[in-house]
Amino acid sequence: MISLEAHNLTVAYDKVPVLWDIDFELPTGKIIGIIGPNGSGKTTLLKTIMGLIKPASGYVKVFEQDLDEVRQRVAYVPQRESVDWDFPASVQDVVEMGRYRKNSLFRRLTQTDKEIVANAIEKVKLTAFKDRQISQLSGGQQQRVFIARALAQGADIFFMDEPFVGVDATTETAILDLLTTMRDEGKTVVIVHHDLQTVSGYFDHLVLLNTRVIACGPTAEVLTQENLSNAYGGQLTLLSKIQSIIKEKEFPIREKGFEKR
Amino acid sequence: MNNLLEFFSFTNPTVRTVVLGTVLIAVCSSIVGTYTYLRKRSLVGDVVAHAIFPGICLGFVLSGSKNPIFLMLGAIAAGWIALVLMDAIVAKTKLKTDTAQAFILTFFFGLGTVFLAYIQKSGSAAQTGLHDFLLGKAANITQFDLAVFGVISLLLILLVLTYYKVFKLISFNEDYAASLGYNVKFYRFLLTTMTVVAVAVGIQAVGVVLMSALLITPAATARLWTHKLQHLMLIAGIFGALSGIFGAYVSYAAVNMPTGPWFVVFLTFFALLSIFIAPKNGILSKLKQKRINANKINRENVLKTFYNLMEHGAEQINTQLILEKRSFVPRVLEATLHKLKHQGLVQRKGNIYSLTEEGMVEAKRVVRLHRLWELYLTKRMNYKEDHIHGLAESMEHIITPEIEKDLLKELDYPTQDPHQSKIPY
Ligand SMILES: Nc1ncnc2c1ncn2[C@@H]1O[C@H](COP(=O)(O)OP(=O)(O)OP(=O)(O)O)[C@@H](O)[C@H]1O
Ligand SMILES: [Mg+2]
Repeated sequence: MISLEAHNLTVAYDKVPVLWDIDFELPTGKIIGIIGPNGSGKTTLLKTIMGLIKPASGYVKVFEQDLDEVRQRVAYVPQRESVDWDFPASVQDVVEMGRYRKNSLFRRLTQTDKEIVANAIEKVKLTAFKDRQISQLSGGQQQRVFIARALAQGADIFFMDEPFVGVDATTETAILDLLTTMRDEGKTVVIVHHDLQTVSGYFDHLVLLNTRVIACGPTAEVLTQENLSNAYGGQLTLLSKIQSIIKEKEFPIREKGFEKR
Repeated sequence: MNNLLEFFSFTNPTVRTVVLGTVLIAVCSSIVGTYTYLRKRSLVGDVVAHAIFPGICLGFVLSGSKNPIFLMLGAIAAGWIALVLMDAIVAKTKLKTDTAQAFILTFFFGLGTVFLAYIQKSGSAAQTGLHDFLLGKAANITQFDLAVFGVISLLLILLVLTYYKVFKLISFNEDYAASLGYNVKFYRFLLTTMTVVAVAVGIQAVGVVLMSALLITPAATARLWTHKLQHLMLIAGIFGALSGIFGAYVSYAAVNMPTGPWFVVFLTFFALLSIFIAPKNGILSKLKQKRINANKINRENVLKTFYNLMEHGAEQINTQLILEKRSFVPRVLEATLHKLKHQGLVQRKGNIYSLTEEGMVEAKRVVRLHRLWELYLTKRMNYKEDHIHGLAESMEHIITPEIEKDLLKELDYPTQDPHQSKIPY
């Protein structure tokens, strides 16, 4: 089944297209990476999917429906730096936001809501910190608060913008374990990511982006030298770095004659 | 003195009107202002306040009266036009927000001053008092004003309470609110409108020049007292109300005194006071924490010295011996020993001190932490043995039982520190 479909999608800032007529489809129940160089439109794509930016043309469908039809099933984890963490709120307060519903302004949180919230906090291992003021958390803990808030929504598909930035290795592994569990429960996780080194270990499926979709498919098929040089093309030093990574990690290379050349 | 009594007994109906009016206005501005502050729109409040001035003058000219309803309408219209123009400037030119704000603020305020000069020249009878909008004159609030402003203020407060959850969500994370399907544009519009209205009402009491203080200072002050949004609104409201009462009193007692400056004096007084005495963030509580820490360090150092002396076979321990082992200010040592005795950690016979059973446990704990940390530094962080003592000296007072547990596990319950001294359990 298709979890996300982008069709003829063009997004522009001040008439300068940042995403240019892109088409792709994503499968369900996978951890999916969106990768590409700086300024390639990854954040823009995520915001367009979430309806925060109106596309100039084309559309996005989630679970083959308009976003508004399936909002309940979609959770968004914004970039951590996009908010002021000095805001007067506790971990609990923020995670509870995941239970807010636009059509029930005055509804108080029910016992079930409270349990879901406690459960989400537990999953990201922040129970000991649940009454802590959010400004007094480390970067990695703040990131986990955002993930817990998304978990509390009880969604089926998650869109996360750079969740591993400013997070230490232990937390990164912990988050990844959590994501893997979620995938195994049938959830779909879409992650904007920039660290090429970890790509092959983390993702089942990739979208390689640079204004256009360079490649989209299972990780092994997308991570070819040709695709990477198309996406990161022109940046020779970077490219050579990537090539060495490819060699080091022994990515499967599509062309058989590669060694001889 | 008579004044003071008469005012604060609230028997005089004029006084009651003025106080009630000022308090309502102040509470409303403080609560609405909480969101202006949290959304980092502090300067926008200032722009709106100044931009409203020509609107009031125009409202007066068009209606020919000082009827607050017309003045309010003029004010709100002007406030909105200013905001729209400001956004247009930012969107259509290369000017940054702060430049656009400065430009709009001065332009509108200048325009208002010109209008006022014109109105005063035309010598209309009702114009006396229009300049009170510059610096505010709470004492001029009439019964009718009170009715109008009171209703508006209550309405605004009610709106904030109604939409509390959404406003909180939007102020913290607009994008996320939008992703949940909230109509962020509408709520942003609502909040901005509420700010404009709150400012239009607030200038009755403080005037346009100092209005942004009434919007922002209460929330900024309250922030020093709490980490919770509900409490923040409550405390901001209280500071606003108190300043309002005092401001109204000054306005009542001294006939020609404008309210605004006094309002701000009291607000600032509360802000300064909070900087000193607020819990956790206040200077006083920081000093107190420092003293508590210093006492803890002294006590633990004395206990440790006891342990060290006993480790080297000392039996009759007096102050002399302690001072030979470790340098203390003698007076501080006396005081600390006294406290330890009081806590039942140390007992005294004549001049001789000894540890009680509890004191021994505590002394061992301090020594243990010290030696564990030394071991950790050499084993895990590759420090040389002659560097670690000083570092461990401060850490022994800081390490909590949880960290101790982790340390023990990490080091696998060692028995000897790097200097081959026994680690006591
Ligand atoms: N609000 C905006 N107005 C105008 N241009 C923008 C805006 N936001 C982004 N852009 C431009 O759009 C392009 C894509 O930006 P986007 O943030 O989507 O890139 P990204 O792939 O997320 O980059 P990064 O890896 O640096 O996060 C960039 O060239 C950027 O300069
Ligand atoms: Mg980005």
